[in-house]
Amino acid sequence: MMAGWFLQRLLQAGFVMLAMTVIVFIGISVIGDPVAVLISPDADQAERLRAIAAFGLDRPLWAQYLSFLNGALHGDLGRSFVYNEPALKIILQRMPATLELAVCAMLLATFIGIPLGLYAGLKPNAPLARVLMTGSILGFSLPGFWVGLLLIMVFAVQLGWLPSGGRGETRVFLGIGWSFLTLDGLQHLVLPALNLALFKISLVMRLVRAETREVVPQDFIRTARAKGLPEGKVIFRHLLKNIMIPVVTIIGLEFGSVIAFSVVTETIFAWPGMGKLIIDSIHVLDRPMIVAYLMIIVLMFVIINLLVDCLYTALDPRVRIGR
Amino acid sequence: MSAPASSAEIASPPRATPLRRFLRAFASSHLAMAGLVAFAAIVLAALLAPWISPQNPYDLMQLDILDGRLPPGAVSGTGMTFWLGSDDQGRDMLSAILYGLRISLFVGIASALLAAAVGTTLGLFAAYAGGRIETALMRLVDLQLSFPTILIALMILAFLGKGIANVVLALVIVEWATYARTARASALIESRKEYIEAARAMGARPMRILWRHLLPNCLPPLMVIATVQIARAIALEATLSFLGLGVPVTEPSLGMLIANGYQYMLSGKFWISFYPGLALLATVVAINLIGDHLRDVLNPRRQVD
Repeated sequence: MMAGWFLQRLLQAGFVMLAMTVIVFIGISVIGDPVAVLISPDADQAERLRAIAAFGLDRPLWAQYLSFLNGALHGDLGRSFVYNEPALKIILQRMPATLELAVCAMLLATFIGIPLGLYAGLKPNAPLARVLMTGSILGFSLPGFWVGLLLIMVFAVQLGWLPSGGRGETRVFLGIGWSFLTLDGLQHLVLPALNLALFKISLVMRLVRAETREVVPQDFIRTARAKGLPEGKVIFRHLLKNIMIPVVTIIGLEFGSVIAFSVVTETIFAWPGMGKLIIDSIHVLDRPMIVAYLMIIVLMFVIINLLVDCLYTALDPRVRIGR
Repeated sequence: MSAPASSAEIASPPRATPLRRFLRAFASSHLAMAGLVAFAAIVLAALLAPWISPQNPYDLMQLDILDGRLPPGAVSGTGMTFWLGSDDQGRDMLSAILYGLRISLFVGIASALLAAAVGTTLGLFAAYAGGRIETALMRLVDLQLSFPTILIALMILAFLGKGIANVVLALVIVEWATYARTARASALIESRKEYIEAARAMGARPMRILWRHLLPNCLPPLMVIATVQIARAIALEATLSFLGLGVPVTEPSLGMLIANGYQYMLSGKFWISFYPGLALLATVVAINLIGDHLRDVLNPRRQVD
């Protein structure tokens, strides 16, 4: 039964991917004229036609789609108009920077959000807990990109403690350059990661608080306390274990949205990841690049959703019965 | 609590209309009332912008490039005070913010209302039609809600290009799913209740039941969502405009103003980005305060006490 469910989910994911290729391809083909952007306006007609043929833009739409699909299945998502290199290659080159930023943001959200949420949940009436809860509303309301600007203004311009943008010095590990391995890189990482994490810290904190308040009055916690277990053990052994399922699920699901929102953070902090790449590509109408980015990110989302679904089913036996 | 009412009415409080009960419950939170007052003031300021702003920021005749990038409180060559400073073209930031608010509020409110109309119709239709149509629609909703809003909006605007209408369209496509899900869920709950059965027994046609009986009773949760979605739409529009994918340069919203000041931030001229952001924050917080309390007031489980 488990295998059948998994197969069904896998088929569904494949169908979503196929549907997205159609949507993305039609969307990008019908609207926007790359010729106007790529070919200088004073080029003559023959030059124009040659360029159009070179990019394969003279063929019917369905033929373009089929060759695109065929290419996509073989890992070829077209050649960037701007870089004149395979779009997929350029995106994969930029991906580690984005992943590094997203992972750091999620780590911040987890290791700041969970303790704060636990505190607010265990001592709901403490003044600090109230401050935290009000602060989390602000965390939801603050426009992320504006907070990024404020962080630059305060920590980079006024105080001069941290750099305002870029990746800093990187060190090669597993054939890829990483910022978190050097002190300079870490300094460059702090502000963008914090900016990206801010919203998620509020989210994790509120979730942990709500779960804590739900679990604390239950019998097994009272029993654990009654038998004289130290409070630390009650929290780590009994409480945390029971609230981890929803927290892990949310953190997993939010990872995708962190990658999507890194578009904004990367633009502010000039972080050379794939988010900045897509914005630049949209501005110059680099169609293969836009298509490749969208395909990659949709694939990431489909995989993340599949993983979280599987993890959830594995962690919580009750979910399986429902299906 | 005693409004100018007759003594008979005071003697029998249960006769208060649902609307009056709702208003009284809403007014019980000072924070929500503060949000409402702030939001009303912001909307009023935006509506009256052409009359109350110190200059028309988009009339190039009124701008002097020599007044560019003046700090808050500086006085221009013509004797006007830039209370919130000026931008690189000598534009008064206070005026630019008031005009920007118009665009931000219009995009936010228009997209939230349009999305509410589309989403509610589709949600009610799904609940009414049932079967395959319902499954297909709800699958689409699930699928869409599993992607972050910014990604979908980004994709649509990458296809459509900049423009106020395009941004509104993108936001509607992003937001309809939330309304559809809620409308269907509450329609399914309501349709099991006696009054619907009574209407059916009296021979009311399905369309009449849908619009006259189901829709009004599904409205409370939809109103809460609509309020919150206005704030989210304003914030998302600002983000998209900041990225250069939203409104065109000729019609700058708050997000666009922030983007314009971004490059001057590094040289310490913070006011060009800072104050539009503050206006954006105030708007979003005011709406969220209203929405937060509306959720409590309109929650049927809370009304018992």
